[in-house]
Amino acid sequence: MDEFEPMIVAFACNWCTYTAADLAGTSRLIYPKNVRMIRVMCTGMVDPQYVIKAFLEGADGVLVSGCHPGDCHYINGNYKARRRAKLLKTLLPQFGFEPERLRLTWIGASDGIQFADTIKELVKQIKPLGPNQAKLQMVI
Amino acid sequence: MSKTQKIDVKDKDMQGAITRFLKTVLETEEIRAVLAPLRLPMKNTVMPALFSDPEKLAEAAPLSPSFPLNAAKLVARLTRKPSGQKVAVMLRPCEIRALVELVKLKQAHWENLVVISADCPGAFSNRDYFRYAAEQEPESTDNRFILNGLAGTRPPIEDIPLMTACRACEHPVPEGADILIGMIGPDPEKELMIQARTEAGEALLEKLNLTDYIEPAGRQAAVEEWTGRKIAFRDELFQETRNRTETLDKLTTYLADCINCYNCRVACPVCYCKECVFVTDVFNHEPAQYLKWAGRKGVIKMPTDTVFYHMTRMAHMSLACVGCGQCANACPNDVPLLELFRTVAHQTQAAFQYQAGRSLDENPPLSVFKENEYQEVVGIK
Repeated sequence: MDEFEPMIVAFACNWCTYTAADLAGTSRLIYPKNVRMIRVMCTGMVDPQYVIKAFLEGADGVLVSGCHPGDCHYINGNYKARRRAKLLKTLLPQFGFEPERLRLTWIGASDGIQFADTIKELVKQIKPLGPNQAKLQMVI
Repeated sequence: MSKTQKIDVKDKDMQGAITRFLKTVLETEEIRAVLAPLRLPMKNTVMPALFSDPEKLAEAAPLSPSFPLNAAKLVARLTRKPSGQKVAVMLRPCEIRALVELVKLKQAHWENLVVISADCPGAFSNRDYFRYAAEQEPESTDNRFILNGLAGTRPPIEDIPLMTACRACEHPVPEGADILIGMIGPDPEKELMIQARTEAGEALLEKLNLTDYIEPAGRQAAVEEWTGRKIAFRDELFQETRNRTETLDKLTTYLADCINCYNCRVACPVCYCKECVFVTDVFNHEPAQYLKWAGRKGVIKMPTDTVFYHMTRMAHMSLACVGCGQCANACPNDVPLLELFRTVAHQTQAAFQYQAGRSLDENPPLSVFKENEYQEVVGIK
């Protein structure tokens, strides 16, 4: 049997984490192919709805990643994202989604290595959880 | 700050006594109008109404078992902009708590209100109320309903139960009212306690010349006992609902009868968006999109986005949910939404040490942040 390869949706902020991902690429760092990057202008614009949609569509993991606290291009969007992550990590487990499937990280624009390491670690952690339950059934 | 007085009840008619009290309130110079439930003359239906003529208040039906909608939304309409005129509003405790949330969400204003509220006997669901109105003569049986509802030990009228929301309500005693009408403690068939809970309430009572009264010693204990039973029922309901929704598969089953009519959102007092994202073009998918989904999964149920809708609503409004039960009341297919949303809201509000409707001074959790908090949700270790 083929090994389970998780699919991870990453909402990455334009100013920090997306730039770090670019840097990882231009630096020819190698990281797992499991991640689907979605560039957003700020983690503060990631409505909880986006994360819920990703999970209901079968994402095995969701990463929300933005600038370090204090570095937000829009002053405080990442603090708002942190409150929403708290909300989602309370909400999702009530319906059987493991809270570890949702991750919030701060990765600065110059942290290409950290970006690659984060994805490696994330894949390693999500693999043992197995596929997201939404994949296995018709969700109405 | 707790001027306590009483009003007399004649012929065991509690509804009549509250109505007469509202009339004296409306007769004061500063109160321009009173919002209270009105028994519609053409039909045995009770709806909130705005009274400006004190004589018309004879038709009011405060504490009737009818609860067709959460009147906090109507108070928001009355106070969305300053009118410069004072209005007294007779609300249920859950309506006050919804109003507190709406004020914090900048949908309503508190300044020109005097909020009056009584220990709440609860209400029937809309469907049960229609049955009650057809089988009984509400004008005379409402008082029996009130007594039984306050006792809370059996269905208030024969085989008609209280709404689940009311049976699980841990706040039947109003918090945040300017004037409290105490039904528990005194013998409500003889007299009711009128207590000012704020300066505005006290200022109004000063003008009414009621008889002074001492809060009955047994009130607190009786209230705790009453509320305790409701909390026990609530906790059982939480456990049962968790068991029924603990996986996505179970949640999907739970919501299977939903037809995406979105009535629950319309009825929800704290869902305040003028245009919900679920009725915008975002969810008016391309025809090809449906075919793509069906192609990928083999089959998709239509309408789509049902579980997505409910989970999104939980994320968007559960922190403000006051558990009034109007979502369940509005559901054409009897999806047990109150149970689900109360259970979820209890968890999400606890995560932020927040309680919807408790205080005007606590900010809605998603509207603020602190520099160092919730570190446990950050990082991948």
